[in-house]
Amino acid sequence: MTNYWKDFFRKNGTALGLFLLLSVAVWMLVMIILPQLYMLDFSFRANVPPPQWGTESHVYTLEHYKYLIYGNVNSTDAFNYIDLGVFGRTILASIFVTLIDVCLCYPVAYYLAHVARGGWGRLMVMSLIVPFWVNELLRAFSFKVMFGASGVINNALISLGILDQPYDFIRENVALYSGLSYAYILLMIFPIYNAIESLDKNQIEAARDLGSPWWRIHWRVVIPHAKPGITSGCTMVFMLTAGALAAPQILGGPSSLWFTQLVYKWFNNSANWARGSAYALVLLIACIIFVLLMMRFFKVRLGEIAR
Amino acid sequence: MSSDRIRRFFVLFFVLGFFLYLFGPLLIMGLTAFNSSAFPRVSPWECFTVEWFDVLANDGRLLEGLKNSFLIGFGVVLFAVPLGLAGALMLTQVQERVRPWYYTIVISPILVPGVVLGISTLLFWDRIGVMFGASRDSIFYDGFFLTIIGQSTFIAAYTMLVFISRLQRFDPAQEEAALDLGATHVQAFRKILLPFLKPAIASAAVLAFLASFENYNTTVFTSISTSTLTTVLASKVRYGIDPSISALAVAIVVLTVFGAAIHEVVKRREEAAAKQAGMVAAGLIKEKKAQKQWFLEPAIIGILLVFIAGLGTAFFAGTIGVEECKVAVKEQKQIETAKRIEALKQKTQARKEAEAAKVELQKTERANRTGTENFNSIFSGGNLAPKSDTNETEGNDSPRTGTENFNSIFDSTNLQPEESVKPDDEAEPEARTGTENFNGIFSSGNLAPATTE
Repeated sequence: MTNYWKDFFRKNGTALGLFLLLSVAVWMLVMIILPQLYMLDFSFRANVPPPQWGTESHVYTLEHYKYLIYGNVNSTDAFNYIDLGVFGRTILASIFVTLIDVCLCYPVAYYLAHVARGGWGRLMVMSLIVPFWVNELLRAFSFKVMFGASGVINNALISLGILDQPYDFIRENVALYSGLSYAYILLMIFPIYNAIESLDKNQIEAARDLGSPWWRIHWRVVIPHAKPGITSGCTMVFMLTAGALAAPQILGGPSSLWFTQLVYKWFNNSANWARGSAYALVLLIACIIFVLLMMRFFKVRLGEIAR
Repeated sequence: MSSDRIRRFFVLFFVLGFFLYLFGPLLIMGLTAFNSSAFPRVSPWECFTVEWFDVLANDGRLLEGLKNSFLIGFGVVLFAVPLGLAGALMLTQVQERVRPWYYTIVISPILVPGVVLGISTLLFWDRIGVMFGASRDSIFYDGFFLTIIGQSTFIAAYTMLVFISRLQRFDPAQEEAALDLGATHVQAFRKILLPFLKPAIASAAVLAFLASFENYNTTVFTSISTSTLTTVLASKVRYGIDPSISALAVAIVVLTVFGAAIHEVVKRREEAAAKQAGMVAAGLIKEKKAQKQWFLEPAIIGILLVFIAGLGTAFFAGTIGVEECKVAVKEQKQIETAKRIEALKQKTQARKEAEAAKVELQKTERANRTGTENFNSIFSGGNLAPKSDTNETEGNDSPRTGTENFNSIFDSTNLQPEESVKPDDEAEPEARTGTENFNGIFSSGNLAPATTE
């Protein structure tokens, strides 16, 4: 070990070596590991006013996790159906949104990578970046404009005579799901596009020459090759959707909350930071489990996902 | 063969639909920025105007947030880019055994939800502040500091990925040669590695700034009382919307496209120059042609001209005749409303008479029938009248009232009571709901059925 450090400083010189060590140490310890550990600790503490934090009254307790599962002590329900329901719906809806994005992006990515050629293809790929740099909040806002009671879609449907009254897209969560699918769609299309683009066209030609129908070419040649890209896209989209706060706040219907909104509520409206931390940790753990499942299921490494 | 053609057609259709999905909402939002209607919408189109850009430019809170976002963005660039660089350089040097662990830890902030990062940063620095006995206005409770730290946690990972992909193409032999020739380590780093990484540093800085600029999930927890562009925007969008937000989006999109175009042109010129230099070195061509300045590039000039022309036209078209148009629209609305009220009056009058006749008839047969009659009128006429709702629902972001009221929450006038409230107020509910119930609100004889009985 000492040899390693000696070698390290010999290779980098003292100044640069110190810079590297110090930066990485600060980043890893002070910014990543310790805050997470402290949050873990904090989520097991009683909710006491800030001046008492760290004193004796700041005892360890499971009450916040219990609250998530069983609800208020005084409540008559066996479980905290509301919060657990929000959690379940968040996870399921995130999976749903992820699936929609895969179905939307795979054909387009294939088209852009192998069918569209020359200037048009390049322009299309470049133009994909534009919506990405528009703020997340503004993207959600644009969906609110589209789906509002006097929005473009309602007006179009009414003037076409399909509807005679405005349909409440926001209450029915149509706006929320399309807005969420939209919000992170580019994190799906670029990994898939990059993966498919690296596929040798000759492989497709060979499969076609050997008489394979188009769907089997995709199933046996293109999709296996694009697997790391698809996995990466799915993971990113799922994580960001499950952790989204802006789109649910803006587009969410009156009766449907997103799990992050509960976390936000505990922090900002109810001033119960400990419970907010506990909820945030539950979300984090759910996300970690999802990533591990994806890695196991598709047999890819973490390095391939976060690229 | 024909099935192949059909399939190809479907794919093309699908791709077009996809791009429509991608750009449609932004396009429509962009159009709403130029409609004088106080609620962001395209139809009915009222008057072409640029007044929402004025509103935007005079919005003190938004400008304050914008300024803070810029400061935080620069802070993040200064902080996250060196961290990412160190992280990437370290990755090439850690022991084989430790590398997967190291990589997992430094990459994890990308995968951790933003709210979790924000919360943990907030809690942790609060704890540190308590440990040092710092006061509430010290750096540990400062929104700028916390936001820069919190955002850098994951933005450094982004920049690290940029550096890693660049470093993969680095030839370590270059550095070794420099060291063999007597350069110190710092010299080798400064003269060999840093110039090689220069493009990566530039793109990492741009990426870091943009990521910081548009971050919301982390910022909303760490910013405490500091307002940033995103937190101001979020509260604006949640508690009442007006087209000045669309105007902001238009400004951002135009700047983005403009920046991307310049970036593309500059990159192409650099590539061409490098190619030319290579050819000169190889003796293929004799001398370099004099390089034009980038702002003399025809594409740039074209874009600039279109941009200025568009701005100019928009400005003139948006200032001339707007007032007249508005007055005309207002008058039009008033006329329509008056007509509608008149029609309704007649309708209710007719209904009243019919009902009165019916009641007369029924009275002779069954006396208790009148009870149901009263019950029916709950749903008609002014009982559900939203005239007071305009005040109650103002600024309510989560409409939980009945469906009818819900519709009018997003209505222009509820959120923008300053101008042209009256005609809108009367015209809107009917125009959109189309139900009879709303129409009777303003007619005088509304509650009459009760008295006639």
